[in-house]
Amino acid sequence: MADIAFLLLIFFLSVTSMDTDTGLMRQLPAIPDSNVPQDVNKINDRNILEVKVNKDNLLLVEGSLTDFNQLRQLTFDFIANTEGLPNMPEKEMVNLPYFGDVAVTKAVISLQNDIGTKYGVYIAVQNELIAARSALRNNISREQFGVPYDKLDEDKKGAVDDYYKVPISEAEPKRIGEK
Amino acid sequence: MARFVKTGKKTISAISTASLPDIVFIILFFFMAVTTMRETDVLVTVRIPEATEGKILEKKSLASFIFIGEPLENLQGLYGTEPKIQLNDTFKEIADIQDFIAQEREQLNEADRTKMIVVLKIDRDARMGIVTEVKQALRRASALKIMYADTNVEKLTLQQ
Repeated sequence: MADIAFLLLIFFLSVTSMDTDTGLMRQLPAIPDSNVPQDVNKINDRNILEVKVNKDNLLLVEGSLTDFNQLRQLTFDFIANTEGLPNMPEKEMVNLPYFGDVAVTKAVISLQNDIGTKYGVYIAVQNELIAARSALRNNISREQFGVPYDKLDEDKKGAVDDYYKVPISEAEPKRIGEK
Repeated sequence: MARFVKTGKKTISAISTASLPDIVFIILFFFMAVTTMRETDVLVTVRIPEATEGKILEKKSLASFIFIGEPLENLQGLYGTEPKIQLNDTFKEIADIQDFIAQEREQLNEADRTKMIVVLKIDRDARMGIVTEVKQALRRASALKIMYADTNVEKLTLQQ
């Protein structure tokens, strides 16, 4: 009896794994249908934070060379736009559940990379962008509900997500810098 | 009259093993419950990048895995050292991704097909060129939910 049980035990030990997978969830855009006319509504320039990572893994934010360690704060400030500066994203009055009428940011982050960019750097940059957005969501969640974002139920999470939507778009790369 | 003469040697009785199967079964069931089947042998070196914002993949049954990285050292003679794509147990090309996704989708329940998620396990030193091509192939296969696998860390430092 014990022998059989041991045999099974060892079998399961060898064929199974216990590790859990973690990662950054992303939604890819669907391939645009060529029959359907494209939405020509351009996003206003002031609403876009342009982040580029070139083939030497250097970071360009809005066209200027930026240190990686500053990216999170920079993104945070850009989305928040607490002073309502004219070169930062506009806000729009929207009615949201739990919040009522609030000014919601129209910010969009555009992340561009080069063919030669290292994947690790790309993920690190994306991580910083997501971190900045999460920090803002966390703040508003604490303000409104008194608990961090992770502790909210699905409905409230949805409302907070709508408050700081801030889509991060991974643009199609330009074929430059190829060998 | 009672006699106090010892008859024979005193033996220590062996510990009863009657409960051993029960114990082993408990361990067995524990492992069956907390582990998942290992599905593929990874043929490439994948050093997963670090990140702080990673979320746990909750439904592993909905996930399909794509590995990208340098082939293992013993396979380098055959496949070279350029990062390659591994689907299931073999090296494949970009063009095969569409079929792979269709196949994986077929294996899921009707209801779960839209929730399918593709987990990209990519070496941190791989170049974005190959990653982007895979991403485009996934878009064409309309597998739009993806996850960049990472190892969660508290503080992120950038390695160049």
